[in-house]
Amino acid sequence: MYPRRAGSSSDVTTLEPELVPTKAENVIEVEDLHVTFAGRGGGTARAVDGVNLAIPKGEIVALVGESGCGKTTLARTILGLEKPASGVVKFHGKPLEYRNRALKKYRKNVQLVLQDPTGSLNPRHSVYEAVAEGPRTHRMDDEAGRVSRAMAQAGLRPPERFFLRYPHELSGGQRQRVVIAGALALAPEVIVADEPVSSLDASVRGEILALLLKLREELGLTLLVVTHDLGLAWNIADRIVVMYLGRVVEQGPTEEVLSNPQHPYTKALLSVVPEMHAVEQIVLLGEPPDPTKIPSGCRFHPRCPSAFEPCKNISPTILSSVIAVGSEALPHEAACHLVNPPPAESR
Amino acid sequence: MAVLEMRDVHLTYHTSEGPVPAVRGVDLSVAEGEVVGVAGESGCGKSTLISTVLRLYPNNATVEGEVLVEGENVFDMKWNRMRAVRWGEAAVVFQGALHSLNPIQRIGKQLAEPILIHEKGATEAKAMKKVRELLEQVNLPARHANAYPHQLSGGQKQRVMIALALSCDPKVLLCDEPTTALDVMVQAQILDLLKGIARDRRMGMVIISHDLSVLATNCDRIAIMYAGRVVEQGNARELFDRPAHPYTQALMGAFPTIGDGQSRYAPSGLAGDPPFPGDLPEGCSFHPRCPRAIDKCKTVDVVLEPIGPRRAAACIRVEQEAAAT
Repeated sequence: MYPRRAGSSSDVTTLEPELVPTKAENVIEVEDLHVTFAGRGGGTARAVDGVNLAIPKGEIVALVGESGCGKTTLARTILGLEKPASGVVKFHGKPLEYRNRALKKYRKNVQLVLQDPTGSLNPRHSVYEAVAEGPRTHRMDDEAGRVSRAMAQAGLRPPERFFLRYPHELSGGQRQRVVIAGALALAPEVIVADEPVSSLDASVRGEILALLLKLREELGLTLLVVTHDLGLAWNIADRIVVMYLGRVVEQGPTEEVLSNPQHPYTKALLSVVPEMHAVEQIVLLGEPPDPTKIPSGCRFHPRCPSAFEPCKNISPTILSSVIAVGSEALPHEAACHLVNPPPAESR
Repeated sequence: MAVLEMRDVHLTYHTSEGPVPAVRGVDLSVAEGEVVGVAGESGCGKSTLISTVLRLYPNNATVEGEVLVEGENVFDMKWNRMRAVRWGEAAVVFQGALHSLNPIQRIGKQLAEPILIHEKGATEAKAMKKVRELLEQVNLPARHANAYPHQLSGGQKQRVMIALALSCDPKVLLCDEPTTALDVMVQAQILDLLKGIARDRRMGMVIISHDLSVLATNCDRIAIMYAGRVVEQGNARELFDRPAHPYTQALMGAFPTIGDGQSRYAPSGLAGDPPFPGDLPEGCSFHPRCPRAIDKCKTVDVVLEPIGPRRAAACIRVEQEAAAT
């Protein structure tokens, strides 16, 4: 299923995208999702403002964008931690139910790993207790077996050596492995990782990323990685979804999006990655606008270096999530008038 | 002229478990208008090294060597002189700036405080005028002087921290992980700002980071630290293009070049942790983690040796190769 190589299978590519069975293979689907918060001073912050997203089984999807672009809110909504104002989150084709019992069952399958392992671990709980918390909450059998298997999978070997240690006795990388083991103990299908390596040292970063790749390979895990680090996406992700101010502005296979970015925002993000010497830096001014006051037209136009007339009042079409799973034609699309010019009559 | 010069600086913490040598003989000089980067993992002594410049280390630490700020050794200074040098000659932008501002004081008042204390003849009105100028220099509107920290974003707070460090016109600016908690775009903005400040004000600047790629594009020279020592240094471009020391190579591998097929689906890291400074391995302190270590590395303690014009590395293997060619 990965990595996708163009031209390796020809019969599937001839199918129209809508004919390709998609539902069965997407673990998570998000349709026209809107999440709003009451803003300061009475306004409504539209944190997620019309997002379609599909996460196929066994894929690593990177959700990238600046702080405040809604990527964490989208991830939290996928986990059922926020209730959408409209739109649905589907797990294996079934819409998420927001009753406590249904959510508890759902979260056994979809686990979260956060940025700062020191903050995620209770300093007074031993490693064993931290990893066993999930299986206990869900009243699962064979607790000790699950804990040692999860710890071994997360690279804490031999597990018994770590059982009675406390977080302060571990290095940053080991702590993050404990957090990952805690998620794995429930044998989830999906792990949502919010900036899993950004608080770790450079040397440890590669090791944790290699672990995520290995888990996908060995356990068939599906991963949604929320990050602002395009290098991370290049290292591990099959697909990239770029968000800006509550909407997906570009998505596609990692190689294509990063080697041939279409949207001016993606181009800017890519140009400021310190190692990209070849390209001239496009440093955008300011920060994303307040989500209570989303600009008219294309929401990126006030900061866009290539904005032209239609961008001020015509909103680009929202990108669809019809990802032709199993076909080679994973679309690379961008919500930008430069890429898809708006129809003439609406100008 | 070097505005900051460190000569064979040692710093040892004396703890209940014995002496912990956190910095073990570092030489580093920073000229006017020059930006020098210091990179390494946590626990390699970067922040401790910075703490020697303004004598910010705790009481249980002893220092050796010389740290010259504009030619004057800070280790010999009387306390009053030291206080004047802090802020006036050298200032620090601390790590975790987002939490360093007082949440219940307006930005303007916090910026005015060092000016009122350190500048002769400063009045409230003069200080506020300078505060507005400072805010504009870091590209913030002057009206932000009336704002409270919680009203600003992370990037804006970091700009305030930089303005604060500049408030008494120091000649040396020390930045400890100035962009670590920030976003990519804001990181690029802040680094641009720092580079501009060093150039325009002819300041000497030291930027500490664990992200080597951040330093490569923004510094003139880079020093790589491991276990309290500089293990490689040189011109930023050259060091980045041709890293010599295996440790530098490992650090560089951690941040992939986008578009490079070799790093696709192959993140690289460095196994193990840096040694505890109180219990260093014999020989080269990097040898237990070094992918290229030979038997000799376990016994011979290497020091920094020149390996080219303005380049130096502390590695037997690198010396052997240099001798072979």
